[in-house]
Amino acid sequence: MSRGAWLISRLLQIVPTFLLIGLAVFVLARLLPGNAVMAMLGDRGTDEAVERMSHALGLDQSIFVQLVGFLEGVMSGRLGDSLAFRIPVTRLIGERLPVTMMLTGMATLFALLAAVPLAFVAALNANRWPDLVIRGIFQVGLSSPIFYVGLVLLTVFAAWLRWFPVGGYGDTLWERVYHLFLPAMTLGLSFAAIVMRNLRASILGVIHAEYVDFARAKGLRARVILTRHVMRNALIATVTLVGLQIGSLLGGAVITETVFAVPGVGRLMVDSIFARDYPVIQALTLVLAVFVSLAFLVTDIVQMWLDPRVGR
Amino acid sequence: MSLLSVENLHVTFSTPRGPVHAVDGVSFGVGAGEVLGIVGESGSGKSVTLRAIPKLLHANATVSGTVRWRGEDLHAMDDARLRAVRGGQVAVVFQEPMSALNPVLPIGVQIDEVLTAHTQFDAAARRKRGIELLGLVGIASAATRLGQFPHEFSGGMRQRAMIAIALAAAPALLLADEPTTALDVTIQDQILKLLLRLVGELGMALVLVTHDLGVVAETCDRVAVMYAGRLCETGTVHDVFLRPHHAYTHALLRSMPGEGAARSMLVPIPGQPPRIDAPVPGCAFAPRCTFTEARCATTRPALVAMADGHESACYAAARLGSEIAA
Amino acid sequence: MRLFKRLPAPLLLGLAILALMAAFAIAPGAFTPYDPLGFDFSALLAAPSLAHPFGTDQFGRDLLARSISATAIDLQIALFATIFPGLLGTLIGLLVGWYGGVVDALFGRLVDLVVTFPFLVLVIAIVAVLGPGLVNMYIAVTIVGWVFYARLMRSEVMVQKNGEYIAACKVLGYSTPRILFRHILPNAIRPVLVYAVTDMALAILLGSSLGYLGLGAQPPEAEWGVLIADGKNFFTTAPWIALFPGTVIVIAGLGFSLTGDGLADLLEVKR
Repeated sequence: MSRGAWLISRLLQIVPTFLLIGLAVFVLARLLPGNAVMAMLGDRGTDEAVERMSHALGLDQSIFVQLVGFLEGVMSGRLGDSLAFRIPVTRLIGERLPVTMMLTGMATLFALLAAVPLAFVAALNANRWPDLVIRGIFQVGLSSPIFYVGLVLLTVFAAWLRWFPVGGYGDTLWERVYHLFLPAMTLGLSFAAIVMRNLRASILGVIHAEYVDFARAKGLRARVILTRHVMRNALIATVTLVGLQIGSLLGGAVITETVFAVPGVGRLMVDSIFARDYPVIQALTLVLAVFVSLAFLVTDIVQMWLDPRVGR
Repeated sequence: MSLLSVENLHVTFSTPRGPVHAVDGVSFGVGAGEVLGIVGESGSGKSVTLRAIPKLLHANATVSGTVRWRGEDLHAMDDARLRAVRGGQVAVVFQEPMSALNPVLPIGVQIDEVLTAHTQFDAAARRKRGIELLGLVGIASAATRLGQFPHEFSGGMRQRAMIAIALAAAPALLLADEPTTALDVTIQDQILKLLLRLVGELGMALVLVTHDLGVVAETCDRVAVMYAGRLCETGTVHDVFLRPHHAYTHALLRSMPGEGAARSMLVPIPGQPPRIDAPVPGCAFAPRCTFTEARCATTRPALVAMADGHESACYAAARLGSEIAA
Repeated sequence: MRLFKRLPAPLLLGLAILALMAAFAIAPGAFTPYDPLGFDFSALLAAPSLAHPFGTDQFGRDLLARSISATAIDLQIALFATIFPGLLGTLIGLLVGWYGGVVDALFGRLVDLVVTFPFLVLVIAIVAVLGPGLVNMYIAVTIVGWVFYARLMRSEVMVQKNGEYIAACKVLGYSTPRILFRHILPNAIRPVLVYAVTDMALAILLGSSLGYLGLGAQPPEAEWGVLIADGKNFFTTAPWIALFPGTVIVIAGLGFSLTGDGLADLLEVKR
């Protein structure tokens, strides 16, 4: 199979994936015990009100009709209205999603900026003190809950030193970067720890590879061996890992946005739970899964670009 | 003066279970244009010896002894000088081309970087030389092949490509570590013939590490036999194969099928090679030897000249010689 | 004693932390004179001192006592949030690996699907429907988390079932359940156990995060994340309310992850 055909078939895979995600969300929402309508209405849940709402949401139709209707809605971007905000869910999420994307983007950038050089320092000094110090710091980072890291950074850099705002967002790009700086650091820490750990291991694997010995035997400069032979191969495995971690990054964004009052989809998710805004929760679960599957797609394409063996 | 001379080479690996003495006092020389075979079982230290020459061993190896390249101490060179010798004058070919070629770089790039490091050629000249090199090792449609990746080559073609890379800067010595072991038998023969042809055409010296006595007989001028990290015997292939002066060489020759395989019995060597985590006081082969004497277990035999250019480290050397002659 | 000397230092440190945590959980009263729920209006928001090493909260409750008394709940989270998905996943992985074929193909699709949902988001969504609380959190974690154990167990079973000893079992006419549970399971379980220990570190982080968000353990249940949530409104004036319990979480997480890594090295489990 040619690489072009591989790419096309990979792109086409996204369609069944989206359908399956939709199906999964639907099944999850219907199978779990508890009556969503009752929960949404709370104290106002008279029989009459429940019936009216069930009818409005189409819950009194057969499960198959509901499923078809749901999937139709998903494919055409109609996901219902938010109960709390009284606006279409898609509009609500559309406003909030860019904030979360910017936060996770910055967090990824911070994490890679820290993890990649440190992984090299650690791997090239394996089991000597720089390695032990770096691994120790990241081991602690990996064991620190995000909300705790957030509170520490908030206390030190926002409350005491007043270098950064306590929370919120901004209007201009610069303001937004400034507001998201601490949240992105918070979110990036555990991500950096995972990347560092993985990249260090793959560098150690690559550094003893025969082709690196062959490169040394060719009389190449250490810098050339490191960048062209070691780094290039070590990064291939790490790219896959970065892609696979997008999900946990979005999970982390839920907590980070709550700690720093960032108006993204993560914060919206938590708010919606307490507001019992089920259409929003359902749509967010769906949208975030779609987002992750798109991230997997991008990862696979980058992988193909880095590794000539993929798709042949 | 020999091109390469190795004197009293020792290599010790530190492992979690303690030190392993992989190479234990090995000395030999290689003259210009000469083909030397280093032969031994796996674990005899032959590959480690080869890799120790251009300082390719990793940090877990401690190397002592002297390695001289054209009279210059190779292990005392500074980085820049060592880089110029590696790849430029002394090139290496490994056993497994699939793992020795970088999987993510086109073959052309892997040739090009040698030329960049060791020549003043511009990009066009390097490309021309790359095509020429692939042609030299017998790879057809070289220009297209330059842009292809290792996984698009067959096993034999990969080994040819690795040889082309090694030859890029026209080295005076090629160190080949079991270059045919990973290949099919028919391909093995092609690659050996290719190496021999190149040695002849380019006037290059070759050190060929192998476990295959047949390969040595076909290709080498001289042979060095190794056992348990030590050198047993060196000499011309003719002398060593016809008149072995070491009990191990003797046993090795009797254990392999030769010309008269149909009529003569093969005699396997009993026992296993020794563990090399502790230095053996006497001759390392003594426990498996049929010619053993009392001093073999206690005092290590030195390498002594038996005839012109024929050296052996065996107390039974004289008895072996007479037995074969009889 | 000789065994102890052979163990690597990080593993020993991890085990020591876990032993201390277990002691906190079993006999919280032995480590502090204060009642974790005892209000003391003469020492509201008191800074850390000799009398109150972690300080006090807005009701004058001793934070060291509260952190120690919360250990039991968090260790329970570490255990339950791994045991339930672990058991379910091991069982399913065992069957999928053994039967292979269509079952395995379907399982592969299911795994691909589950990993597209961010773990925490999916758990939160399920808790949202079921309602906040520890029991519902365990249910949610089990619904999502079994997949990872099943995937690990499956690949291990795939290796084991081609072993010679399994062929021997078949020749001897052993029943399938006997082969699965008496022969394959003991040989395939090691990586799963090591993963479970590492997963306990993640479970503590997850449990305290849900506690912090108000979706996990509910006040007045003392749980580290809940303690921190209690203190978050005072973090400018009384940062110790959040910082000390947070440090305890980090130490507990380190205890599990160091132990998990150490065991992986010791048992030569590749990850």
